[in-house]
Amino acid sequence: MNAYTQVLFKNRRSNETVLLPEYEKSGGYQGLRAAMKMTPAEVCELIKGSGLRGRGGAGFPTGIKWSFFPADQPGDKYLVCNGDEMEPGTYKDRQLLLADPHQLIEGMAIASYALQTQIGYIFLRYAYEDCFQRVERAIEEAVEVGYLGKNILGSGFDVELHVHGSAGRYILGEETSQLNGLEGRRPNPRSKPPFPAQRGLFGRPTNVNNVETLATVPHILTHGTAWFQNLALNPESAGTKLFGLSGHLNRPECFELPLGITLREVVEDFGGGVRGGKKFKACLPGGASTPYLTADHLDVMMDFNPLEEVESRLGTAGVTVFDEDTCMVAVTRNLNQFFARESCGWCTPCRDGLATISWLLDRIEFGQATNDDLAMLKDQVKNIKGRSFCALAEGAMGPVEALLRLFEDEIKDHIRKGCCPFASN
Amino acid sequence: MTEFLPQNQIDSFKAKAAAIAHPHEMIVDLLRAIQLHHGWVPDDGVLLTAATLGVLPIEVEEVATFYDKIFRREVGKRVIHVCDSICCWATGAEMITEHLKKALGIGLGETTTDGIFTLLPTCCLGACGDAPAMMIGFTTHGLLTTEKIDDILQKERAAVAAEIFA
Repeated sequence: MNAYTQVLFKNRRSNETVLLPEYEKSGGYQGLRAAMKMTPAEVCELIKGSGLRGRGGAGFPTGIKWSFFPADQPGDKYLVCNGDEMEPGTYKDRQLLLADPHQLIEGMAIASYALQTQIGYIFLRYAYEDCFQRVERAIEEAVEVGYLGKNILGSGFDVELHVHGSAGRYILGEETSQLNGLEGRRPNPRSKPPFPAQRGLFGRPTNVNNVETLATVPHILTHGTAWFQNLALNPESAGTKLFGLSGHLNRPECFELPLGITLREVVEDFGGGVRGGKKFKACLPGGASTPYLTADHLDVMMDFNPLEEVESRLGTAGVTVFDEDTCMVAVTRNLNQFFARESCGWCTPCRDGLATISWLLDRIEFGQATNDDLAMLKDQVKNIKGRSFCALAEGAMGPVEALLRLFEDEIKDHIRKGCCPFASN
Repeated sequence: MTEFLPQNQIDSFKAKAAAIAHPHEMIVDLLRAIQLHHGWVPDDGVLLTAATLGVLPIEVEEVATFYDKIFRREVGKRVIHVCDSICCWATGAEMITEHLKKALGIGLGETTTDGIFTLLPTCCLGACGDAPAMMIGFTTHGLLTTEKIDDILQKERAAVAAEIFA
């Protein structure tokens, strides 16, 4: 059904995990072989030229991040793979690791070489024990044949990978919190600067990339940058992206689709349309912290820049769809409860601000609010934005701001009627 | 004396900690190991972790209390984490949670009187395509219905009974 070129999911079959022989047969570890014939700086340049942008949510250009890394600095340096994946609506990395985990291992070997790091950590969330086992097995297989370990492919370069199983909490997805987590310190985020590339894990230069980002790297090495750029439907973008669909859709599944595909095609052709024959009302385009899109946005390209132009973000491309009977105040209330609960409590705008927003959204949803509460909600958003220690509270404001921008009438309807107008549905 | 972790595992953690430059990095691993063996992490488990790794008890405690999947209070033999994040909420998580409460006769954060189940809310489990979902131990159960929940609870009860008599 999916006619688009499959890269990350080309070997994916339900309830099966690809082992090393099949991965090699499908072109696996050719990217690593190609990389080892280049200099580390050439590999960084290639990734920079490919246009690959981080798949973990922020969309920062991977090659540029790599070019900031002090690969020549002597002493310990680390590579960290962020597999925390706790943004609600996001389950793509799990699908990738369950299906074909060697892509990540190969990507990490290449990144280790490009950045001249000796030790890599794969940080996995507690709920992904299924991925943990598959990644450990893939590492064992790769060590056995010399893709990992000492002197990989006879190059004289060593790569050592470890898997860390975490124990919950969304904040660990924030890279500096994750470094504290890996060190076994209380995982509040760290102040930036210094950035991890200067002072990261154990105070040493560290590069953090998302699972999907690293898994994409081998394919660029194997097939080249022109091929990678041509995968996207948007000529200004590059590559495919894993879209995890959820919410009120007939087919809430994970698909690999080209960047630049329209929201309409994602929702109607891949998601099978809104379930129960209902109308599309809104969606989160890329996880819980991305501002809503409405039916007016169905022809927008699902890609980094086009979504920023409509005041949203691609995020993790976890698309959660809401049908016409959904109360957007209630949706926002649920999202904010998540962020308020997952706040690490370190800074006041996040710890107290999100709790206040939750209180205000409760009042609106249950018909106890006045116009003063609406004014206070706007004021709270203003006071949280740009004032929190890390990106958690900033992200939490995404849906709240979008609620105010796109659905203020719905808020006012709650206030006027003294109850939720959707309550009977 | 209660055994929090078999001696051979303690020895192996001790040996690893002595061999690495940053023994703190094993705190979460050891807390998880104790919890897997003992069900939860009591004060003595924190002290054991500190002694095994050669770190301060407060350094273990400040880590242990941060994570929601490390239990510093006694829990039942099966901890049910029911997801209340957006995709599950949109597909009936409130109804699923109410059904669990009724079927178990407990509220969120409580343990059944027979000590078998503890019911906890959790944020997104990464099973959004299979919403609504819950996790028991390391197993994620998706596409939940009230019938499916009743079936899962019955199987878990039988499994716990078998463990007790084994």
